[in-house]
Amino acid sequence: MFGLEKRDTSMLIIVAVLTMFAPFILNPFPEGSALAQFNAGYPDLMQRFVIFGIFAIGFNILFGLTGYLSFGHAAFLGVGSYSAVWMFKLLSMNVVPAIILSVIVAGLFSLLIGFVSLRRSGIYFSILTLAFAQMSFNLAYSVLTPITNGETGLQLTLNDPRVLGASATADGSIPVTNLFGLEMRSTFELALGPWNFQFNAGYYLCAFILLAAFYLTIHIFRSPFGMMLRAVKSNQQRMNYTGLNSKPYTLAAFVISGMYAGLAGGLMASMDPLAGAERMQWTASGEVVLMTILGGAGTLIGPVLGAGFIKYFENIFSKINDGVLHSWFSFLPDGMENAMVTLIHPFVGKGWHLTLGILFMLVVIFLPGGLVEGGQRIAAWIKRKRAGDDAPAGKTEPAE
Amino acid sequence: MGILEVKNVGKRFGGLQALSDVNLSVKENTVHAIIGPNGAGKSTLLNCLVGKLIPDTGSVMFDGQSVLGRAPFEINQMGISRVFQTPEIFGDLTVLENMLIPCFAKRDGAFELNALPSVQGQKDVLEKAEHMLEEMNMADKRHMHAAAMSRGDKRRLEIGMCLSQEPRLLLLDEPTAGMARADTNNTIDLLKEIASERDITIAIIEHDMHVVFSLADRITVLAQGTPLVEDDPQNIRGNPKVREAYLGESA
Amino acid sequence: MDAILLQILNGLDKGSAYALIALGLTLIFGTLGVVNFAHGALFMIGAFCAVTLQRILNLSFETVDPEKTDFLGAPLKVKTPYVEAWFGPEMGGAIIDWAVPLAILFAIPIMIGVGYVMERGLIKHFYKRPHADQILVTFGLAIVLQEVIKYFYGANPIQTPAPDALNGVVNLGAVIGMDIVYPVWRVVYFFFSVLIIGGIFSFLQFTTFGMVVRAGMADRETVGLLGINIDRRFTIMFGIAAAVAGLAGVMYTPISSPNYHMGMDFLVLSFVVVVVGGMGSLPGAVLAGFMLGVLESFASMNEIKSIIPGIDQIIIYVVAIIILLTRPRGLMGRKGVMED
Repeated sequence: MFGLEKRDTSMLIIVAVLTMFAPFILNPFPEGSALAQFNAGYPDLMQRFVIFGIFAIGFNILFGLTGYLSFGHAAFLGVGSYSAVWMFKLLSMNVVPAIILSVIVAGLFSLLIGFVSLRRSGIYFSILTLAFAQMSFNLAYSVLTPITNGETGLQLTLNDPRVLGASATADGSIPVTNLFGLEMRSTFELALGPWNFQFNAGYYLCAFILLAAFYLTIHIFRSPFGMMLRAVKSNQQRMNYTGLNSKPYTLAAFVISGMYAGLAGGLMASMDPLAGAERMQWTASGEVVLMTILGGAGTLIGPVLGAGFIKYFENIFSKINDGVLHSWFSFLPDGMENAMVTLIHPFVGKGWHLTLGILFMLVVIFLPGGLVEGGQRIAAWIKRKRAGDDAPAGKTEPAE
Repeated sequence: MGILEVKNVGKRFGGLQALSDVNLSVKENTVHAIIGPNGAGKSTLLNCLVGKLIPDTGSVMFDGQSVLGRAPFEINQMGISRVFQTPEIFGDLTVLENMLIPCFAKRDGAFELNALPSVQGQKDVLEKAEHMLEEMNMADKRHMHAAAMSRGDKRRLEIGMCLSQEPRLLLLDEPTAGMARADTNNTIDLLKEIASERDITIAIIEHDMHVVFSLADRITVLAQGTPLVEDDPQNIRGNPKVREAYLGESA
Repeated sequence: MDAILLQILNGLDKGSAYALIALGLTLIFGTLGVVNFAHGALFMIGAFCAVTLQRILNLSFETVDPEKTDFLGAPLKVKTPYVEAWFGPEMGGAIIDWAVPLAILFAIPIMIGVGYVMERGLIKHFYKRPHADQILVTFGLAIVLQEVIKYFYGANPIQTPAPDALNGVVNLGAVIGMDIVYPVWRVVYFFFSVLIIGGIFSFLQFTTFGMVVRAGMADRETVGLLGINIDRRFTIMFGIAAAVAGLAGVMYTPISSPNYHMGMDFLVLSFVVVVVGGMGSLPGAVLAGFMLGVLESFASMNEIKSIIPGIDQIIIYVVAIIILLTRPRGLMGRKGVMED
């Protein structure tokens, strides 16, 4: 189907189901129940899942296939965001031109940076991209203030000269982003008993774009181009002595992944029309590296999982405070309750980054293939176990 | 005129004159061996031929065109393929993918943004690669990771990858180094077969005299960075100068 | 002219910090072949050693002064640090005042210990892994270390003043008839770092241990074959590199109040410094450190900023990019380092 192998089609279907039914899947606990804080089916959070998913998928085309570790990809995301906001300010509140412009601008920007950075490889490449990204960040904060609005960040105002559309709505407020009239913030709520599911227009736009991006990525992975990129990672020497010039391949991969980042940035601005320099900081670049590694670099579905995983736990963990912890452990005797809370306290709430750092280290140390490898190992273990159990028993009880 | 003409090539590394005044002519469709003791400059010479090093003086002409100043990938496209001392293959890829890459390179050139149609959909290249694997007797290993194979198999794969590009000149850098006797003999047989069945010129750098004398039509002896003698194998065998170069003055 | 000289001097103290961190990074990279993204965290931990010592020295007990009362008429409680009670107010006060320099003694064993644990516990297992893995795991470690410090010390910068005697300014230009007013502590910092750099270089140059380490940097395998236990020496080298970064951090506290993310801020720049100097070259790291420090402070002169706005923000990166593209191995890099 769709010109894909069977396995890839099923992968695409899995991602499609996950994204389309996310408002249900992420909201399994009824409102008001003790577990409701683990729900994640809110529009802004779900938007973040898919937007970072797109960002990570794109990053993986570069890092996962060619092995070039860029520490500056957040710059492209930032550039995408700025372009989109400018489009809203100058042209129209429709998200389509904004997203198109952000992809183009990020593509051009990554062409420039990639052209220079890819003249070196290994650690030198990482440092060069880092240097470029920090440079863009510093510039956005200082001299480029007329374009970026410096520390405050670029926002819409009531007197933007919008060519197609009004500067302000009839009631004097700033117009909202829309897709041919469909407001991105509009949300349909479905109340089913104690459950409350939210279907947000912006989320579904992002989800469809994620699916398209994922579909394109599958094609890239399975194409001769994708194979060449893996060849670059495996042995550049042989590549050169096979009459292939590795530079255009790596540059094309760099630009493609930069455009994905720009797309993510443009979508981010389309959901919430503002852009700040901190989106370009190197810690933001580190975050996408982390998502890709955690999910499984070089695998198709890994980055999507990694992005979802990190954004989910960031949201949930940082919401847990001492009050919540006390309520969890209230069944314990007082002394033990306090001890448990003290023990867990550093890792949740504001301490989420500590958990993230530890998780990151554990993954790199024990599971370099990320969640995908973890899943495969568990699957293999179950298979072995089943085979082991079956053999001596000779018969099997119906398991389900 | 030979297909490969090396004239007055010299190369210096700091205080060491690695090559001086090297002249060499490789005739089309022959097997030409370059031998010499350690440090004679064999590998330096080879690297000058493929664009990895640029000689300080002299010229290297392949089929009437200069190779100097061209990148390795461009020289490869002129029709020179190289086999390395330790097999250089794509270890993370499967054997079939290893074979596909030179086939795509042959069809698409140095770069093609062939990013949308899948590999499986491009039957012409796929067939060619499969055919080449069969010819190398490796079809049963096609889904293996290349890095997991034995050294002899890796060598075989590397030679196959070079051949699939249909090169006019095949350069071999000690193709049997570090191989067991059986693997060495297999490799000799394979090379003999290639030399006799294909329209190809082979230049081989070798340590192992057994390999050299079973393959070469013509031999150049290199000593201290300069050619000592060039002759047919039977004359080289008895040449006292060659013995001296290998064994030192005491011989 | 005065202004230019002053800018050179201003650049030197930052340059010293870059040079010290880059020196440690290069030592680790050259000996162990590991790209250590957690090195900035070591700098930060050093700074917090100074903070900790200052807090320890300020530990106080309360006594009630019967003769004085506060504004409500209650007896006044007076806090007396233990050190003052033990050594007398004069001596005790001086000890507290000199907390930062004293922290050097306090930090050396701690930093060596931290370095030792880090190398044996984590880095050791990454020698044979790809550089990308090393970068990633040490990046994770850096996050963990800075979050731990944040947990214990909070997110705000903590003031750690230099001793009163070294807190003023000095007119360095007086000798040559110019007017260059410069903080004393920065002069101290510069000489301190020169001392450490000199110490490291002579240690590597004149001791057998240093000779083995240098040989190991050049060709690890061969030295291993000679029957020398190179691994243990490299562990010690890691400890020393950690101590150098830590001391750089200790002494930097009066210049800029330490906070939990100072390590990351310095790390990015120090990496640029290492790459500009040439991966694996110790003199290169020192040279590039001072050079970039001075350039950065030149670029922040108003005269220059008015010509090229924003140049002070990006000068280091611009220089790094130009150098990497024209001299791919950096200023003094050796062939074959970090090249496949």
